[in-house]
Amino acid sequence: MEIIISILAGILFATAIYNLLQKQLLRIIIGTVLLSHGAHLFILTMGELKRAKPPILIEGIKDYVDPLPQALILTSIVISFGITSLLLVLTYRAIKENKTDDMAQLRGEEHEYE
Amino acid sequence: MSMSNLAVLPIIIPLISGIILAFFHKKVTVSRWLTRILTISNLGLVSYIAWIVFTDGAVILETGGWEAPYGIILVADPLAITLVLTTNIIATACAFYAPHSMNIKEETHYFYAFFFFLITGVSGAFLTGDLFNLFVFFEVLLMASYALIVLGGGKVQLRESIKYVLINLFSSVLFVTAVAFLYSVVGTVNMAHIAERVQEVEQKGILTTIAVLLFFVFATKAALFPLYYWMPKSYIVPNPVISGLFGALLTKVGIYSILRVFSLIFVYKLDLTHQAFIWFAGLSMVFGIIGALSTSNIKLIVAYNIIPAIGFIIMGIGVFNQDAISGAVYYLVHDMIIKCALFLLVGTIAYVAGTSDLRKFSGLIHYYPVLGWLLFVSAFILAGIPPFSGFIGKLLLLKGALTNDEIVIVVLGLLSSLLILYSIMKIFIQGFWGEKDESFVKKPTKGLVGPIVFLLAFSVILGIGAEFIYPSIDTISSYLLDPEVYIDSVLKE
Repeated sequence: MEIIISILAGILFATAIYNLLQKQLLRIIIGTVLLSHGAHLFILTMGELKRAKPPILIEGIKDYVDPLPQALILTSIVISFGITSLLLVLTYRAIKENKTDDMAQLRGEEHEYE
Repeated sequence: MSMSNLAVLPIIIPLISGIILAFFHKKVTVSRWLTRILTISNLGLVSYIAWIVFTDGAVILETGGWEAPYGIILVADPLAITLVLTTNIIATACAFYAPHSMNIKEETHYFYAFFFFLITGVSGAFLTGDLFNLFVFFEVLLMASYALIVLGGGKVQLRESIKYVLINLFSSVLFVTAVAFLYSVVGTVNMAHIAERVQEVEQKGILTTIAVLLFFVFATKAALFPLYYWMPKSYIVPNPVISGLFGALLTKVGIYSILRVFSLIFVYKLDLTHQAFIWFAGLSMVFGIIGALSTSNIKLIVAYNIIPAIGFIIMGIGVFNQDAISGAVYYLVHDMIIKCALFLLVGTIAYVAGTSDLRKFSGLIHYYPVLGWLLFVSAFILAGIPPFSGFIGKLLLLKGALTNDEIVIVVLGLLSSLLILYSIMKIFIQGFWGEKDESFVKKPTKGLVGPIVFLLAFSVILGIGAEFIYPSIDTISSYLLDPEVYIDSVLKE
């Protein structure tokens, strides 16, 4: 099971990198979202995917899944959610101000900082 | 209140301050005075904690009362508390500089709240003893920096901040992945516990790969060659006071993480990891200084100067002996202060000259003698001319490198120091010397010079008072070279 999820995370990483290298800003953001999905799946896999009960304490059950990766993922999800929403607003403003969503045109001119 | 609670105060006070200031964001006068009072009192408190740490040893707090590997722990050891103290010195200078350099609009858009959140994140990253918690504090400081870099919302700022957010988002995701890798191998995220388990297997197998991945993450945050391309432009677009905070604090948190991880956890394959650091350090010096010499934008010159400084510190970590680590720590503290001072200084110069293009102004010394001589002194401090602070750090670093027969890096270090001096002196010679321009309209610099003098005074004390400061730096490096002390004090065995 770990092998399958690892391959899935790998595919997610690959598609994410492909999207990050595109010129269109919205595609880049989709790339970042896919990237964090890959990372979160990866954390879950690294905590071992065994068939056991969810980590809620109930009398009579001895075998639980590892609760730590789940807590780490939950933290990481809200952080990447925050950053993604910031990035979306930032991109919206940048596209409006610079009148382009093409990364190649957002490079800047040589003597503009003076 | 038990003594160990002191370790959390440098994090929680800026956090509460930030929350309070978020409520007063429209009342500029109240915000300014609150910020000044809070930064000064925080500086006093951190000095007191530092005094306790250096007399009685590290202050360790197990948050929530959970024992070491199970809960999150905060470790105020000599290195961490020294860096937190330096952070607070810089914060104080910036709190006094900000009202004079920002316009009301920027100040009322939550500048002071984000300022304190940035300090929270930086202090937290220095004090934490848990790898995932380090990630969280990285995000706290990065989130604050995202808000600060875009504050004002200019065309160029928006453009550069997208790149800044993207590169940091990418390296943060890699950080999480590296933590997941490490968790699957050693089964813990507590740094002392990881160190103990890595020690048991002498860093065999996959562990060196994870070390390299972590180095890649931290080197991106620290703007080390070849991962520095995002840094120079994005650091000069915001207001000078924000550039000062970024230049002094953000890249240095990456350096601190490298120093911590590669002196505590991954120290069993020195010929592979640490030898590579020396190469990256040398290339950072070369490429950073080429960047600084290639431009006539005074802000960009200072931003590029961050890269060789990072190279110097990484070189110390790579050489990894007593002298080199002492030098790296000394240089780290020195560089945080001088970089902030330089960013504030060129910010002021660009403001009075009305441009940051060196070719468009000259003869400023006739109108601003104080600014001119401050720049002159900072160039000396930065390049490492005795008796200033840059000299002692570099001397220790080069001595350490010579002990290990790393001749190439010593030569590169000395040459780049020469060119660093040239790059800053160029600003002084072209911008301050020359004929008096009679048509020049003098702008007031009230309140802009004081904080710079305050920071430079610390740099001078750090150099002239080396005899008093060196024993503390020596304590830090002996402590760093013996991971057992850290592990034992955290895991209480």
